[in-house]
Amino acid sequence: MHVVYPAVVAALLFSIGVYGVLARRNTILVLMSVELMLNAVNLNLVAFDVWLRDVLHSGQVLTLFVIVIAAAEVGIGLAIVLAVFRTRKAIELDRLRELGEP
Amino acid sequence: MSGVGFWPPSVLEVVFLLLGLVAVGSALLVVTTRQLVHAALWLVVCFGALAGCYLVLTAEFVAWVQVLIYVGAVVVLLLFGIMLTRAPIGRSDDLDSGNRVVAAVVAVATAGVLVSVVVGGFQHAYADLRPGAGSAEELGASIFRNWVLPFEALSVLLLAALIGAIVLSRTDIKGRR
Repeated sequence: MHVVYPAVVAALLFSIGVYGVLARRNTILVLMSVELMLNAVNLNLVAFDVWLRDVLHSGQVLTLFVIVIAAAEVGIGLAIVLAVFRTRKAIELDRLRELGEP
Repeated sequence: MSGVGFWPPSVLEVVFLLLGLVAVGSALLVVTTRQLVHAALWLVVCFGALAGCYLVLTAEFVAWVQVLIYVGAVVVLLLFGIMLTRAPIGRSDDLDSGNRVVAAVVAVATAGVLVSVVVGGFQHAYADLRPGAGSAEELGASIFRNWVLPFEALSVLLLAALIGAIVLSRTDIKGRR
């Protein structure tokens, strides 16, 4: 397996995640795009771990850690989104402008 | 450096590229679809294809963890979030903000930079796939021999995130005045 293939797939997935984070209005869709970016990084970690044959398996272990952190992040993120929805009745990102300059 | 050429691709590479194509295509649909629930379901397809990629790369334990946690837990959480925020279930045309063009330019620039860098940097790298390098036995031994302290720290982090999510989402907990 050439290392280029997983690296290119991961790069494309990461750029798609960047597009989603920048272009979407709905907070939950932005969270989904963040998940896409994390998965791109995971694919890179696994591919380079397999390539370098690390005796500590750092890549795959760190992939597991990233998956756990992503689960925690989605839990907290959705709790924050629900709190915002309760107080503002809207989760569209460009309507939450109270902290920005007028 | 290796003497293995790009053509003809091996069977594993063809399978990997097809799975990667499915992953990238469904990821594109996640960020462009007009229906909120469909985005979550395309995310399932994307994560499933990525799990297949991990399987091809001989990381079988990571693949099953991906299926269990991402497909099983994260997407269900996201669907709950969609339902609890009373999002529109049908088509809605206001899911994208006004800066789609700028976002597309930034994303294409990111893709160009990253793809050119990794192609330039790793075009001769060749990973010899040997089955068993990512089995549960290998990974379990590695985690509980060499990565115990990060593992425990992560457990505490997960507990803190759990309690934090409960505190944030309950309405009857008041702060100390």
